[in-house]
Amino acid sequence: MHLILFFLFAGFCLAGAINLLLQSHPINSALSLIVVMVSLAVLYLMLGAEFLAAAQVIVYAGAIMVLFTFVVMLLNAGREDRTRGSKAARAVGFPAVVAILAMLATVVLQAQGWSGVILGSHITSTEEVSKVLFTELLLPFEVTSVLVLIAILGAVALATRGSGNPTANGERTAGK
Amino acid sequence: MTILQFVLWSLLKVAVVTVVMLMGIAYTVLLERKLVGRIQNRYGPNRVGPFGLLQPLVDGAKSFLKEDLIPTGVYKPLYLLAPILSLGCALISIGVVPFGETTVGPGGLVKQGALSFFQISDVNVGLLVILGVTSIGVYGIALAGWSSNNKYSLLGSLRSSAQLVSYELALGLSLVGVVLRAGSLNLRVIVESQAHHGIASWNIFGGFQFLAFFIYLMAAYAETNRSPFDLPEAESELTGGYHTEYSSMKFAMFFMAEYGNMITVGCVATLLFLGGWTSPLGDLIPAPQNIFVHALVPMFWFVIKVFSFLCLYVWVRGTLPRFRYDQLMNFGWRWLMPLAILNIVVTSLWLAYR
Repeated sequence: MHLILFFLFAGFCLAGAINLLLQSHPINSALSLIVVMVSLAVLYLMLGAEFLAAAQVIVYAGAIMVLFTFVVMLLNAGREDRTRGSKAARAVGFPAVVAILAMLATVVLQAQGWSGVILGSHITSTEEVSKVLFTELLLPFEVTSVLVLIAILGAVALATRGSGNPTANGERTAGK
Repeated sequence: MTILQFVLWSLLKVAVVTVVMLMGIAYTVLLERKLVGRIQNRYGPNRVGPFGLLQPLVDGAKSFLKEDLIPTGVYKPLYLLAPILSLGCALISIGVVPFGETTVGPGGLVKQGALSFFQISDVNVGLLVILGVTSIGVYGIALAGWSSNNKYSLLGSLRSSAQLVSYELALGLSLVGVVLRAGSLNLRVIVESQAHHGIASWNIFGGFQFLAFFIYLMAAYAETNRSPFDLPEAESELTGGYHTEYSSMKFAMFFMAEYGNMITVGCVATLLFLGGWTSPLGDLIPAPQNIFVHALVPMFWFVIKVFSFLCLYVWVRGTLPRFRYDQLMNFGWRWLMPLAILNIVVTSLWLAYR
């Protein structure tokens, strides 16, 4: 049962990813990416990470991809021309992808002691996840949040540069 | 319980809930037309059947019989996908909502695990599932506007995407206080945490979550594109907004999705803030001995609470004028978000030092 579901959603995931590359229209690519994200969420669920699955759907499929489609719609991006691609990129790209995948697989398998994971109905509850997150992994967690904060500040700084005094500008539109 | 029994039982529950939900959507439309009529000093629909009670059926038949035309300029795959996505998401999220107690009968005659009544599936992260499905539902509106190839539709869907992304944050944060109090994301556990002392243990009163309830209310109006935040379909500016180019049943599907979302939001508000299916008097009333009465009394309270929430929705629509777009964004980011974070801080401090 779990194996059937795994192959079904892994298939969806791969089909979405390939479709993402083959489509020439940006909005179709964005929608394929949503399919990839949602199928990944189902795979997480089958590994017992229910909180991660829900967060994946809410954050990636629900918020980030909405912004993607929003930008595509706002800029009214048209169909892209298909190019043949450069020979150098093809010569270096495919071996590089294979090398990176092999490296990642080795590292992950080594961490698991060369054994597979078990698909099943066991569930890691949200409480357990948060306990680990706020005790053992507290430092990386907080460092990540600071990193995100820096990214937000950087985005705000970039967005307001060149438009004069940002707060006065905002007040004027609000009070109009 | 074998897999076959489980599948059959689930299918039965899905069928019953879907039928009830669709009837609920149809009659919510009637309720809105009636109440708004009363607010505006007129009768509302009263020609078809007694008190206009058959009006939804006639409306449904009408939208089936209308010509279903597809404009030439549309991008067809997404144009056809959008209403299905909208209505699908609106109907899916009701699947994790519990309507009543699982144990039916005095002393729990039918225990949990055997046959669970009154809920299609009991998920540990039920609250997050509802939020996730709602956030996928945005694509229905966004794609409808984009694929229609019409400037009014596009403006409507752009407004809708921006509005939903902004208010989803406030909505999610306003629920954290409730989750902190219950210590779980399971909707059933959240209701049971406010079951014992009636109205005094409901999150909105006894739990001091009225600020969160207010934020949830505002954000929910924005999430369901309802007045006073109905900018994506503002008739005076955008003709019909994102569904300008849709006709017949496809238009009706967007309409049904909107009302379905209203009902779901009402159910979630009932479960999280108003004590779900528990009675306002708590344990003061002894549990009835008859098994049917014991099963139906919680349902009665649940339906009453959702019904009053829907009436509130309509009342607000009949009373408040529409926000302007910059007012909407300011309100969401400068008021609701900080207030929601304040609520989380105060609630967690109170829980830590009580």
